[in-house]
Amino acid sequence: MIAAAEPTTTWYLLLSALLFVIGMVGVMIRRNPLVMFMCIELMLNAVNLSFVSLAPRVANIDGQTAVFFVMVVAAAEVVVGLGIIVSIMRGRTHATVDDVAELKG
Amino acid sequence: MVELAWLIPALPLVGFVTILLFGRRLGDPKAGLFAALMPAAAFVVTVLVYFDVLSREAEERHHVIKLFSWVPVGSLHIDMAFLIDPLSVTMALFITGIGSLIHFYAVGYMHGDPKFSKFFLYLNLFVFSMLMLVLGENLLVTFLGWEGVGACSYFLISFWHTRDSAATAGKKAFVTNRVGDWGVMIAMFLAFTTVGTVSYSGINEAAEMGHLAPVTATAIAMMLFIGACGKSAQLPLYLWLPDAMEGPTPVSALIHAATMVTSGVFLMTRVNPVLAVSYDWAPTTIATIGAITALFAATIAVAQNDIKKVLAYSTVSQLGFMFLAVGSGAYVAAIFHMVTHAFFKALLFLGSGSVIHGMHHEQDMRRMGALRKVMPVTAFTFIIGWLAIAGVPPFAGFWSKDEILLYAFANNRALYVIGVITALLTAYYMTRQVIMVFYGEARWNDHSDDHGAHGDFKPHESLKIMLFPLVVLAVLSAVGGAMQLPFSKSTHFLEHWLEPVIEFGEADIKKSWAYDNKWLLLGLAVVIACAGIAASIAVYAKKKAKAIEPAILADAWRYDAAVSSLVGGPGKAAFNALALFDAKVVDGAVNGAGIVTRSTSGVVRKVQTGFVRSYAVILSVGVLLVLAWFLFRGVWA
Repeated sequence: MIAAAEPTTTWYLLLSALLFVIGMVGVMIRRNPLVMFMCIELMLNAVNLSFVSLAPRVANIDGQTAVFFVMVVAAAEVVVGLGIIVSIMRGRTHATVDDVAELKG
Repeated sequence: MVELAWLIPALPLVGFVTILLFGRRLGDPKAGLFAALMPAAAFVVTVLVYFDVLSREAEERHHVIKLFSWVPVGSLHIDMAFLIDPLSVTMALFITGIGSLIHFYAVGYMHGDPKFSKFFLYLNLFVFSMLMLVLGENLLVTFLGWEGVGACSYFLISFWHTRDSAATAGKKAFVTNRVGDWGVMIAMFLAFTTVGTVSYSGINEAAEMGHLAPVTATAIAMMLFIGACGKSAQLPLYLWLPDAMEGPTPVSALIHAATMVTSGVFLMTRVNPVLAVSYDWAPTTIATIGAITALFAATIAVAQNDIKKVLAYSTVSQLGFMFLAVGSGAYVAAIFHMVTHAFFKALLFLGSGSVIHGMHHEQDMRRMGALRKVMPVTAFTFIIGWLAIAGVPPFAGFWSKDEILLYAFANNRALYVIGVITALLTAYYMTRQVIMVFYGEARWNDHSDDHGAHGDFKPHESLKIMLFPLVVLAVLSAVGGAMQLPFSKSTHFLEHWLEPVIEFGEADIKKSWAYDNKWLLLGLAVVIACAGIAASIAVYAKKKAKAIEPAILADAWRYDAAVSSLVGGPGKAAFNALALFDAKVVDGAVNGAGIVTRSTSGVVRKVQTGFVRSYAVILSVGVLLVLAWFLFRGVWA
């Protein structure tokens, strides 16, 4: 009777955790900057999901409000991040993040 | 009217700014006339303030004008404020009065100089700084003026800076003054830590109420005296003043005779209650240094041949007299002599400037002589100045010098004897100067070929604008003694006027032998002055005896050379050792710290791999650890 089962908050939280771990592992193991970037977005939205799902449970709208802030920050961050990535890629095509190690000690 | 006293320093400041902006456009002589009008206007304001203060009761002759809060830091509150009381008004009167006369004189003297407007720029800045110095309500405002006059003195001594000697003399004055300024700063710090304020009212009140321990009072007074020694050219710091004669003569008259060099005496008078509660040796030291300086400089002046050098050493000597008065507790006499000295020494300097001007920049008295025939006004006024400084009654210098000697006698007879010998020498060397310059045979013709460009060389009388100040100052030098006559209590005008400021520190000599016999001392002073003049006439005019001018006196007792070899020899070695200490130990500590940091960071920086993904891993691990801490801390605890 899976079809009839009502999705509970726990399900959403589990999904959120799953998405977050995928994102985190992605940032750690992928070398393509664009993919890493998408993974970061995934982590942000995983957090958003947990905010939204927890808000009705604790009967507080603050969580849903916070989501808007996260989205705004994410949008701003995309603008800056993509700009940086594009300018790096212009100089060297097929570069991975490991090639960009100018700040190496 | 008292409320308008801020105008007194403001007017010269306006002059300074105006000449700074438009000086070149105004040009010669308009810039100079404008600059002269500013202290003249300030003089008018000062006179009005004087009458206002005079009309009040003695207790109310103390007015503070606060402009703004200058340094409000923690418990330190210093206002930009002026103190209007009899002392500051007296100072402001003769600074603006003589200052404006000298400005007018300089319009004639500096005529044709390529840096004409710049000269008046500095001169106005000087008058402004000097007025800040005397009107300041606390030590810091005074110190601002103190440094200001020092800087202006430096600019003006080295005004003709293309001349090597002028540039060096300026530097010498600056460096020597710095030594003294250090003392003033220490005194200021001491006053703040012990009294909690640097305002004169606060410090003097603490001293009068007995809140100031004698040891603190002594320290403050002696530190201020070190500053005064530098500014007022006393031993051992006098040596910049004779060299300062490299500056244009109006500068010598204004800064290095009448006003700036007296600021040390002013400062000591300002804090007279502090000196009064010091240990006894403090005023004794001041009086002794003053007396020794007076005698020392007078002996040097006997053998100088430069017309301005004689006056320079004479200034050092007269300043010594003032410190003798301060140390003897005779503050009225000190201020009295300061004012009369300002009259006659400014007159003598301006007179010598007139001679130098008329002689086409010849300063050697051996090439002068018989100038009274070609420069009658200069000669006549100079002779009045000479009578005043030599101590011939009824001219101004006689009364003030006698007052100092009276107090010196009551205080310490050995110092009185030194003072009398100095007075004798003063009469002697001033007479020598007058004879060499204005009498005897004309020696300038012998050297006319030196002045090839002038063709037939003939000295000439100066312009009217230069003679006018001479005449005014001559009148003042003649009658200036009237402000404090010893005849009866009611003729002590200056004493009554200054009483609110000095009554705590002024020595009481009413019961001493000297006071009872003051007419005897007065008579002795006249005899001494006449003896000095007679001896000089016998030697230089009648040629009855050979002049005693040993080389060691002409060389200022080789004091300069001694200081040079001390600073150049052991001093330089000490400085080198210090420099070595600085290079090896101080710099070594700094460099050592740098090397340690660098080698440590060489190891630690390896952590920064530059791989974004490893940073991500470290970050994740960190987050997990923090998370674990929050989750399980209850369990672990």
